[in-house]
Amino acid sequence: MIEGDHTLASVTDKIGDVTLKKRTPFHWFIGFGIAFMIAQALLFATVWLLANGIGIWGNNQPVGWAFDIINFVWWIGIGHAGTLISAILLLLNQKWRTSINRFAEAMTLFAVACAAMFPLLHTGRPWLAAYWLFPYPNTMGIWPNFRSPLIWDVFAVSTYATVSALFWYVGLIPDFATLRDRAKNKYFRFVYAALSWGWRGSARHWHRYEITYLILAGISTPLVLSVHSIVSFDFSVSQVPGWHATIFPPYFVAGAVFAGFAMVLILCIPLRRWYRMEEFITHTHLVFMAKVMLATGLIVVYGYAMEGFFGWYSASEYEVFMVKNRIWEGPYWWSYWLLIFCNGLSIQLLWFKRFRESEFWLFLISIIVSVGMWLERFVIIVTSLHRDFLPSSWAMYSPSFWDITMFTGTIGFFFTLIYLFVRFVPIISMFEVRQLLDEQQANEIHELEHKA
Amino acid sequence: MAEFDTAAQLVVAARKMREAGYTKTDAFSPYPIHEIDEALGIKKSILPFMILAGGIAGLLSGLALVFYVHVLDYPIIVGGRAHFSLPAFIPPMFELTILFAAATAVLGMLFLNGLPSPYHPVFNVPRFALASREKFFLLIEAKDENYDYAATKSFVEGLGAQEVFDVDE
Repeated sequence: MIEGDHTLASVTDKIGDVTLKKRTPFHWFIGFGIAFMIAQALLFATVWLLANGIGIWGNNQPVGWAFDIINFVWWIGIGHAGTLISAILLLLNQKWRTSINRFAEAMTLFAVACAAMFPLLHTGRPWLAAYWLFPYPNTMGIWPNFRSPLIWDVFAVSTYATVSALFWYVGLIPDFATLRDRAKNKYFRFVYAALSWGWRGSARHWHRYEITYLILAGISTPLVLSVHSIVSFDFSVSQVPGWHATIFPPYFVAGAVFAGFAMVLILCIPLRRWYRMEEFITHTHLVFMAKVMLATGLIVVYGYAMEGFFGWYSASEYEVFMVKNRIWEGPYWWSYWLLIFCNGLSIQLLWFKRFRESEFWLFLISIIVSVGMWLERFVIIVTSLHRDFLPSSWAMYSPSFWDITMFTGTIGFFFTLIYLFVRFVPIISMFEVRQLLDEQQANEIHELEHKA
Repeated sequence: MAEFDTAAQLVVAARKMREAGYTKTDAFSPYPIHEIDEALGIKKSILPFMILAGGIAGLLSGLALVFYVHVLDYPIIVGGRAHFSLPAFIPPMFELTILFAAATAVLGMLFLNGLPSPYHPVFNVPRFALASREKFFLLIEAKDENYDYAATKSFVEGLGAQEVFDVDE
């Protein structure tokens, strides 16, 4: 899994020096600058929203949910691959997770931060969301309704954000200690010392540390599956044709992992080049990720087929109408076929070794998949709502300038955070890479014992 | 405190040290080594039970919360469901279970490890900075029953260490 002739020291130096010693590369400033400028769009759109209310957005009856929930589901789905890599692959003892788990977890955190903004801001008055969303005892005697999927969502997403942050931080403690010991600059040393909580690598500490890490992985696994299931309940618990389907939870979870792996590839292909990390994030890693993407993509395609089947099998005229309207009769037919192209057809290239092993094609397919997963939510939400039970209330939906500005702004915000992360935090988990190298040394112990 | 080059040497030395009767000992390594637990005689931590208790506390507090809100404080029929409609309450209860268990895991680990501890005598040894990079260290505390400066020092020097240091308090 790790190429090249590496020792414990060289691994540590190579990864740690990106943060501590190397001059910040020029392209970092360019990339960060662009991302930070785009992030200003978010600030702009948010201020305008708070000043004027959610009327500035394009959603209205009958499409009462649009960009806000599309973007929310898209972002939170992207986050899922990070937890999958860090938790589920740890439990499955997949060694290849080691080089990519750190920034995949960072990606999770930042994606969840972007996601959480939409439900919060779509309330229009987020400062009142404290008692709309959380069970906080207030003088008005108002409680949230715990039977509502929207409140389940609040619990799921806030728990997910907290547990992901804890998991990420626990993984970082030994690495911050390494940076503390290696930093020459006294301010940096102070900050990393504070962040590492005085970690000294004691055997007793490692013993409890490993228990914590493993149990966190164990409880994050059902958590990550529950989060996107609960997000899908927002739709499937309702009775809107096109939403009310039992396939939703597994199909959403697979879609989330699919979108998330696409984003991991988008981030790691340039990252390994820029920081010369090809020895840690090898071709094998990229190929494995491509395979996971192909597998989850096929589950998602199965989900599309099942949606059509459910519509027909329900024998409900509304469901049948919805399927026809979504796929060929309605005005949004193009979005459905674009979705099939992005998520269904483009990934078929990954069956072939030539495409799987080409960074260019992987990067391109990942971008197409990210667009496709956004379109998936657009199709589910807009085509189901725009023609519902009452023909008199049918209408078309189009996003406003503010919808688009805000969405673009979150992308800028996400990449701003990614750039900061790359600059100040080790992008690959140093202690886990060292542990991977140790496997050879475990054999050595046995040899020594034989001699003794 | 003795410095070693590899994990294997550390484990072998730790076993010898335990056989020699030292108990107030510790090892430091740049990554977790499983063999060291047995070599130093580290007991299994109670942490998993604390986490289980945390999870159960989360589940019960979730149940108490929904029960208080929907049955005791403000019983109102929504969507034709019973006041105590357990299936609909599973998601919040589940999420609180996870939240409490995860928080217990992390805080419990830090608490049992005595972290944060910005100062520790081992940091006084300049070479100890390498413990987070590539070197392995073994420590015998002066508090140990069998500790005797000269005897312990010659014992440690016989372990095949790279170098032996005195750690100042």
